[in-house]
Amino acid sequence: MTLDFFVLMLAIPLVSGALLTVFGERAWAPNLNILASLGTFLAAASLTVEIIANGPRFAFGEQFFIDSLNVFFVALTAFVGLTTSIFSGPYMANEAAHGRLTKPRLRLYKSMYQLFMFTMLAALTTNNMGILWVAMEAATLTTVLLVSLYRTSASLEAAWKYFILCGVGIAQALFGTILLYFAAERVLGQTGNALLWTHLVEVKGQLEPNIMALSFIFLLVGYGTKVGLAPLHNWLPDAHAEGPTPVSAVLSGLLLNVALYAILRCKVLADGAIGGDYAGNLMMGFGLFTLLVAAFFLSKQRDIKRMFAYSSIEHMGLITFAFGMGGAVANFAGLLHMTMHSLTKSAIFFAVGHATQKTGTQMMADIRGLIGVNPLIGWGLMLGTLAILGMPPFGVFASEFMILTHAMKHHPWATPVLLLALGVAFAAIFGKVQPMVFGDSELKRLPHAPAITPVFLHLGIVLMLGLYIPPYLTRWFHEAARMLG
Amino acid sequence: MNNAVPLSAQLINLFASVILLLAFAMLAQRRVLQLINLFALQGLALGLSTVVAAVTTGQSHLYWSAGLTLVLKALLLPWILHRLVRRLHVKGEIESLINIPTTMLVGIGLVIIAFNVALPISQLSHTITRGTLGIALAVVMLAFLMMITRTKAIPQVVGFLAMENGLFLAATSATYGMPMVVELGIALDVLVGAIILGVFFFQIREQFDSLDIHHMERLKDN
Amino acid sequence: MISISGLIGQLFAIALALVLAPLLAGWVGQCRAWLQSRTAPPLLQSYYMLHKLFHKDVVLAHGASSLFRTAPFVMFGCMVLACAIIPSLSTDLPFAPAADAIALVGVFGLARVFISLAAMDVGTAFGSLGGRREMLIGFLAEPALLMVIFTVAMIANSTSLATIVETLAHSDFAIYPSLAFAGIAFAFVSLAENARVPVDNPATHLELTMIHEAMILEYSGLHLALIEWAASLKLYAYSCLGLALFFPRGIAAGDSFPALLAAIPLLLFKLAIGGFLLALIETINAKLRIFRAPEFLGTAFLLAVLGLLVRLLLEGRA
Repeated sequence: MTLDFFVLMLAIPLVSGALLTVFGERAWAPNLNILASLGTFLAAASLTVEIIANGPRFAFGEQFFIDSLNVFFVALTAFVGLTTSIFSGPYMANEAAHGRLTKPRLRLYKSMYQLFMFTMLAALTTNNMGILWVAMEAATLTTVLLVSLYRTSASLEAAWKYFILCGVGIAQALFGTILLYFAAERVLGQTGNALLWTHLVEVKGQLEPNIMALSFIFLLVGYGTKVGLAPLHNWLPDAHAEGPTPVSAVLSGLLLNVALYAILRCKVLADGAIGGDYAGNLMMGFGLFTLLVAAFFLSKQRDIKRMFAYSSIEHMGLITFAFGMGGAVANFAGLLHMTMHSLTKSAIFFAVGHATQKTGTQMMADIRGLIGVNPLIGWGLMLGTLAILGMPPFGVFASEFMILTHAMKHHPWATPVLLLALGVAFAAIFGKVQPMVFGDSELKRLPHAPAITPVFLHLGIVLMLGLYIPPYLTRWFHEAARMLG
Repeated sequence: MNNAVPLSAQLINLFASVILLLAFAMLAQRRVLQLINLFALQGLALGLSTVVAAVTTGQSHLYWSAGLTLVLKALLLPWILHRLVRRLHVKGEIESLINIPTTMLVGIGLVIIAFNVALPISQLSHTITRGTLGIALAVVMLAFLMMITRTKAIPQVVGFLAMENGLFLAATSATYGMPMVVELGIALDVLVGAIILGVFFFQIREQFDSLDIHHMERLKDN
Repeated sequence: MISISGLIGQLFAIALALVLAPLLAGWVGQCRAWLQSRTAPPLLQSYYMLHKLFHKDVVLAHGASSLFRTAPFVMFGCMVLACAIIPSLSTDLPFAPAADAIALVGVFGLARVFISLAAMDVGTAFGSLGGRREMLIGFLAEPALLMVIFTVAMIANSTSLATIVETLAHSDFAIYPSLAFAGIAFAFVSLAENARVPVDNPATHLELTMIHEAMILEYSGLHLALIEWAASLKLYAYSCLGLALFFPRGIAAGDSFPALLAAIPLLLFKLAIGGFLLALIETINAKLRIFRAPEFLGTAFLLAVLGLLVRLLLEGRA
């Protein structure tokens, strides 16, 4: 193969990030941003096709590794990355027109956006647990400046919290990685291969269980901070609420997934070394706790982006719980739910972004009658909300249903907790979104027409997957779920 | 007794202990500039212990790590921080949420926990410097304690960087080095992180007229 | 078995302590004066003072009980005993089995209790203030000192000072990070226990800050001489203890006479260096407020505990 899609996929965001750093203030810069994202997506799609056809492969020696598990995340990431960049074009133009952002900040936004995509794709495809850590940390660093893009006191505070909390979390993860190396070195020797996941998986049964147990705790807590697992979830609502909406969309839709992916990779190793349900039980515990905390806080929110940020925490808790249960069905459900959540949540944030731009506030009490002002935004928000709450025709319903039934069957004690949390979340979100969408309002038109296509594109996919999952996708999910053990 | 332990391992243990001692000193320190100096010293001890590890194992990439540590942690970062303190006219006194003796007691408790956690692992290790892992964990926890008890931005950041020091100690001394790519990546991340923080300080300063994190308590649930 | 040579060595060590202790105090004073660019008092100043005090009459306060009169003797006795059991020249000390390192702390404690009680006995404001402060310092310093001793005792697997010194002085060279911690903690404790600068200032009678001087304000003549002598003996004992625990090279192992002779100049040399360092510390540090003293000693305790922990983690089962 002369054209390596993998190299292309990593090179496009990196190069365009560098280009946008220099030329980010030109008039064509937003288009370059979209074009680069499109290129990344096309490369990722081709790579996906290639992996499905030819099976797993390495790149750059053994440093990068693509199998059916991570290629799934890669495709999802590239797709949401593309739609978000489409959405952010008019959104950022509106922000600039409102005078909230200056040109240098827009340049910063675009270059950091591409670099962020690069770090996430690198984190997803790397075979080296150390590089995985480095890429995750780099993803934090690129987004810190995005969160504080508005330079308001609130956004600075959010970015500071984000940096410090994620810094602490990521430090725990590094310690876990060091312990992992410590365990691996005893089996694989002091070679550069001792942190390569593919090598580790082969010897996972021989890794010292005591070290691995400790290592997994650190990795879970560390990467869990980025997933938004309670009790270290505090950065998430702040960062989502105070950053620009496209950033909220990619944070919620992608970064959380990537962090969870890191945990999944570690879980496979921990399961192999320790055996039993140790890792699974830990994840179930964290997941349930997170779910409860998020559901409780959901009902108290007044800021719309904060509320959906808590909703993200809630879903991450649910997904963590699903993967914690383990087994083919739960893993399948978890992967499906991750996909659904990414698509739906980013769609919601797109709609929310335009809604807040229209009304000029993020306070839910002041947002009224969206459907009269702009039916598309109104309906987008309403449908997105229904989807994320797990209403039947949408795909989230399917995955939540699978998780619930699986939990009832194998962990009946958790069912009341799950139902309670989901019920509270439903009541809280629906009760607040409903008056925002319906009701009376008089508002002006925005200077730039909103980009509604991504919202309905995402929701359309979610709807389709809720009604019909194509067989090749099912096979693919099954394959990925099987890899997780 | 210790007769079987080679000199290099003893030296690494000594440096590890010094790093732990400095972590405590940082916890007790009341002045910002002194704190930064202590951090620089910690970086120096870390670099020296890496040098010893490099000489012992003969792994060439550890020399790189050692050089990187010395340049980055002992010189560059303290220099940046010094400049920041001067440019931003930060007041010299560090304020702590909990008074310092109590913090120290908590610190001792953390060290005991860390040592306990690390003990079963160190018994398994075949590297001679196995005890260092416990110290590294203790340093990480002490730095963490420092981060959560300080109210000003710069001490918090020094705590963050000291945490990185502890991790680096674990990586280089306890396991005789992670693969080179990883170490390079970590160093790069730390550097970029520090630079971003520097940018950040100016933004915070501009916005709040102070680097006191107390001003940043607006974002709360309800 | 008490050998004759051992007994001679023991008596010689005590005599040396009695003679050297005021000299050490004088040396420290002299160094301090040099470092502060003052004209130094003569090296033998302490002897002149003791001589003068011994020839003065004792003046007793009205309310003084017999405790007031006995305390100086008890204190002096305790310090002589301490000097007797700390190996300074040789580890072959017939008196040493009488008290191990932990009992040594008790001996210091006994002296402290008596002098504090005596200070309160007369009922003056300064006396009871000094006594209370002294007990506060002691209450914080003793656990730290014990921790230091535990750390060292764990290395030697014995609390007997003679055994500790023999183990440390005659084993192969090894770096004990724990000893470094313990050593710093010991230095802190010594400064506090001997009423030295960061905690107390032996050279002033500033009423708000003094501790040691406040206690002995009412003493005169023979009693004061004994107390001053005991105070210098305490400094000497602490110096020897520090040397024995952390720089034990050169202390003779047995009762061989040449080794004993060789140990004397070495001891003098070490004491001279130690005294100079003490003066240096006193010069470059300012006295802490009395309320900071607990923090100072808390740090010492913390360091000692750290030493113990490091010992357990790093050096255990080597």
